[in-house]
Amino acid sequence: MASATLSTPAKARPRAAAWAWALPPVGLLALVFLYPLALVVQQSVRPDTGGTSVQPYADVFASEAFREALWTTVWLAAASTAGCLVLGFVLALIIAFVPFPGARAVSRFIDVFLSFPSFLITLALLFIYGSTGMAGGLWTDATGAGEGPFQFLTTPWGVLLAEITYFTPFVMRPLLAAFSQLDTAQLEAASSLGARAPRIIRRIILPESLPALAAGGSLVLVLCLNEFGIVLFTGAKGVTTLPMLVYGKAILESDYPGACVVAVVNVLISVGLYGLYRVVSRRAGA
Amino acid sequence: MGIRFDAVTVAYDGNVVLDALDLTVAPGEVMALLGPSGSGKTTALRAVAGFVRPASGRVFLGDRDVTDLPPHRRGIGMVVQSYALFPHLRVEDNVAFGLKARKVPKAEIRTRVAEALEMTGMAAYARRHPRELSGGQQQRVAIARALAIRPDVLLLDEPLSALDAQLRSGMLAELARLHRELPEVSILYVTHDQVEALTLADRIAVMDKARLQACGTPRELYRAPADAFTASFVGNANLLPVTVGSAGVSFADAEIAVDTAGAVPGARATLCVRPHLVGIGAGPNRLTGTVAEVQWRGATHRLYVDVAGHRVMADVRELREPPAHGDPVTVHFAPEDAVLLTAGVGGHG
Repeated sequence: MASATLSTPAKARPRAAAWAWALPPVGLLALVFLYPLALVVQQSVRPDTGGTSVQPYADVFASEAFREALWTTVWLAAASTAGCLVLGFVLALIIAFVPFPGARAVSRFIDVFLSFPSFLITLALLFIYGSTGMAGGLWTDATGAGEGPFQFLTTPWGVLLAEITYFTPFVMRPLLAAFSQLDTAQLEAASSLGARAPRIIRRIILPESLPALAAGGSLVLVLCLNEFGIVLFTGAKGVTTLPMLVYGKAILESDYPGACVVAVVNVLISVGLYGLYRVVSRRAGA
Repeated sequence: MGIRFDAVTVAYDGNVVLDALDLTVAPGEVMALLGPSGSGKTTALRAVAGFVRPASGRVFLGDRDVTDLPPHRRGIGMVVQSYALFPHLRVEDNVAFGLKARKVPKAEIRTRVAEALEMTGMAAYARRHPRELSGGQQQRVAIARALAIRPDVLLLDEPLSALDAQLRSGMLAELARLHRELPEVSILYVTHDQVEALTLADRIAVMDKARLQACGTPRELYRAPADAFTASFVGNANLLPVTVGSAGVSFADAEIAVDTAGAVPGARATLCVRPHLVGIGAGPNRLTGTVAEVQWRGATHRLYVDVAGHRVMADVRELREPPAHGDPVTVHFAPEDAVLLTAGVGGHG
């Protein structure tokens, strides 16, 4: 009892102090981040005709452009994620299990790669496959044709290629961590029991790295849904994703309520997927 | 099917970890590779399994040279200290893994899995995951998994080291029973624990510093060790630096009667006496000294006696009135209980 009465004021004081310390940063965060976000939501229910209504939502949801952008966004993100998972798994397998000189250096480079801006990759691809790029130039020089065969960069396939190129390391990082945790004695036991490499990969390595795959995959899915730089830099005019639609409506059409509606939809999808990512990654950590 | 090492040398980056090992394990024999860590015993086992490539020499299973064969084609059962069970698979699927890899028909897989689990007493746990089992149970599953493929050769790499002492002696008896049930399986058993080696092995290969030091039955190695290292690693041993005389040896200023056959008079040698063969009081081969330490071990007392600067251990039946630290004491041992070691001379006081 004595100790309990003694400890109460001692505990209360740090808590009050903690609140005092926490308040300024939380307030600042709310002001610079949550307030603008709230404004976006508010703007989305304020049509240009005045008043408050859900008319902008109805208009946007009814428009062909929005539905097409939503579809493009979702399938591009899904396809990119699938591509990243396959490519990332194969590359991580090679780096982790095939002893070759420089494996460590490659692994380090992946860390650096994660810090690159996304448009840089697109720019690099443009230099190679763009309409005036190196590959096209070689082709036109060699054949004398008017234009090269590499016109895919301005199509959804170009965006897909760029996104897979850029986001694959985001899958590889958690996978390499998971592989390094794998007990090599298990792999040896499996091969000693008569299993060749493909069976060991399928039955031991893949199932044991599923949590890491899920974590990396959901992260890439969220990032792809919101990707703006890659889509913009490929110059694919036919490819409109949700972030591009927000940009188009706000900057080009000055349709602020419409842009805000699309933005809110985009935020909701991202937050929903982020929640999923947290659940998955928590299970991966367990 | 037997195992044969023919001058097997393994080196990592020029560092020799196994030096020209020549060793033959007869079909159905249990051979223990006994040695401290870094002695090369695990490397020898991994060379049989196919996980390390000898720099030179050949490994044979029966008449088959398997040196260049990948592990999955050797047909060897292997059990390691960490169990290495597949955590995402149920016990029955762990045991079935090797059979599926060998494309055994489904119906037969079921009966062989049941058989292997029955043999190791794990039939009731078939549907569990490894994380739901205790260490001893996991090790049984690992053994069942290795036996399910019906190997001719079983490699056990410190299989009991992760278990506590009580479980360990139970599992030792279990392994002995399994070997009685599978008398044709050759077992190579790597351990640093002399009790495991003495209990289980038909023969023991003592290894130290990448080399085979001695090989023989447990009784031979215990009764007549060839060198000081073997004497101290297989059982406890008093190792006294002595000088060979005409009819015995001299230690400090005492004359000790012992069989000196094969020793050169005047040469330095090591006298090995097991502590439980040393008695207190007067008798042949008397040594006098002072008690340095007394340990009560229940049924026995272990006395550490300082004799001319060397420490002599004596394990005697529990004393009613044990001597105290500093007391003068006389110890003795029978001439036939001492072994003169002329190889590997070292002063292990």
